[in-house]
Amino acid sequence: MEHSEKYQDLVRLLASMTAYTSKHLPDDVLAKLKELRTQETTPLAKVVYDSMFTDLDMANKLDRPCCQDTGVIQYFVQMGSHFPYVDEMEDALRDAVKVATKMAPLRHNAVEIFDEKNTGNNVGTRIPWIDWEVVPQRDDVRVYTYLAGGGCSLPGTAKVLMPLEGYEGVVKFVFDQITSYGINACPPLLVGVGIAGSVEVAAKLSKKALLRPIGSRNSNPRGAMMEQRMEKGLNEIQIGPGGLTGANSVMGVHIEQAARHPATIAVGLSTGCWAHRRSLLHIFADLSYEVLSHKGAEL
Amino acid sequence: MKKILTTPIQDADLESLNIGDIVYLSGYLITGRDDVHQRLIKQHRPLPVDLAGKAIFHAGPIMREIAAQPGRYEVISVGPTTSMRMEKYEREFIAATGLKVIVGKGGMGPNTVEGCKKYKAIHTVFPGGCAVLAAQCVEEVERVEWLDLGMPEAMWVMRVKEFGPLIVSIDTHGGNLFEQNKAIFNQKKGPIVDEICTHLDFLD
Repeated sequence: MEHSEKYQDLVRLLASMTAYTSKHLPDDVLAKLKELRTQETTPLAKVVYDSMFTDLDMANKLDRPCCQDTGVIQYFVQMGSHFPYVDEMEDALRDAVKVATKMAPLRHNAVEIFDEKNTGNNVGTRIPWIDWEVVPQRDDVRVYTYLAGGGCSLPGTAKVLMPLEGYEGVVKFVFDQITSYGINACPPLLVGVGIAGSVEVAAKLSKKALLRPIGSRNSNPRGAMMEQRMEKGLNEIQIGPGGLTGANSVMGVHIEQAARHPATIAVGLSTGCWAHRRSLLHIFADLSYEVLSHKGAEL
Repeated sequence: MKKILTTPIQDADLESLNIGDIVYLSGYLITGRDDVHQRLIKQHRPLPVDLAGKAIFHAGPIMREIAAQPGRYEVISVGPTTSMRMEKYEREFIAATGLKVIVGKGGMGPNTVEGCKKYKAIHTVFPGGCAVLAAQCVEEVERVEWLDLGMPEAMWVMRVKEFGPLIVSIDTHGGNLFEQNKAIFNQKKGPIVDEICTHLDFLD
């Protein structure tokens, strides 16, 4: 495709945001970690939190990715239908990944299925993964960048439950997975739960739940109550930072839902590690921008 | 006072260590993940690095080739990866290599516990995600082997100084910190889930 003159500007902006995301945690995550740190009393929990904050400081000063696993890059795009570069956005995101991989530098994390070869530039079949939502009658775009490492992707799971297992079944499913696989996934975790009628919808919503700012609540009062109770319950298990026991277990529990089939309740689970590297970039039609997730960020 | 293990590590250096202890490592730390384990144990290919008395790091780093020195690398970011993935082959891997310290993240299972007890080795965890902190403990990346596996899976031979904190999660006496913790978590879980479920009777 012939690209417009402004195309390179767009690529540069998206690449800078991607590289920046690998080096700095968003404001809400940082605030939550600071709050959780103050509640720890045991030597092991303190030593882990000390290491985490020293690491973040060093990453900032040395301008390096704070965790070596910079993930298979995912973008969640809320695309205004009148955004002038709508036709070029997919190419721009793929090119941005290649640029960011060298710029940051990011780890090479795209391994082709069957061939089992690492592509060496984080671009591969259907990767970066891009999720599109169309926003009618707008000419701007919002891009969530999410770098999820392998460690916090391992606990991911989804299952279709019988309706009579109910919401109780959802809670059991989540707690079983967090107390087994979750402890190895760099807690305190952000727990994303999707509830829907089929497995792929639940799984996708569980990932989108991780994009919500920590402290935000489900739009339904019952959903919000369930989030709060699960959060409190998981914290009472006291998994602690790194799974080494401590005062808490999670940064939060977020649930997102879609209407279900009468005969199914599907549940999906995604977890984000403490180094929850997500960002939200708001791009206007003239390619000016604001970083909504990191106050004062300069790209 | 810091307890520092220096390679080559002797069996006697590990005997007094117990799960939950914090140690540091000086000397040789070599990365090896899924593919390195399966090449040695499943494909029976000889390892290009002698691991006897040394430490292996379950880690896939970000390395950068030094512009003026092709083939030489500097470490940018190198934190631990999930050790449980290597559980399948770890006992045989310890036996075949004579390695003394495993550095990784999260727990490992009975296979590794058996290997650590029988061949006198320990599994330790470095705080997950703290990859720049870890990189700062690396003095030099001496060489790389099996780079055909890609940057994360290759064997990076690093010389480190007081690399840590390393929390002992499996000792030479059969102790397993994460299994112990998991039992506690599971014990607490039941009543907590039951209590939450009393509030979720949403079905009409």
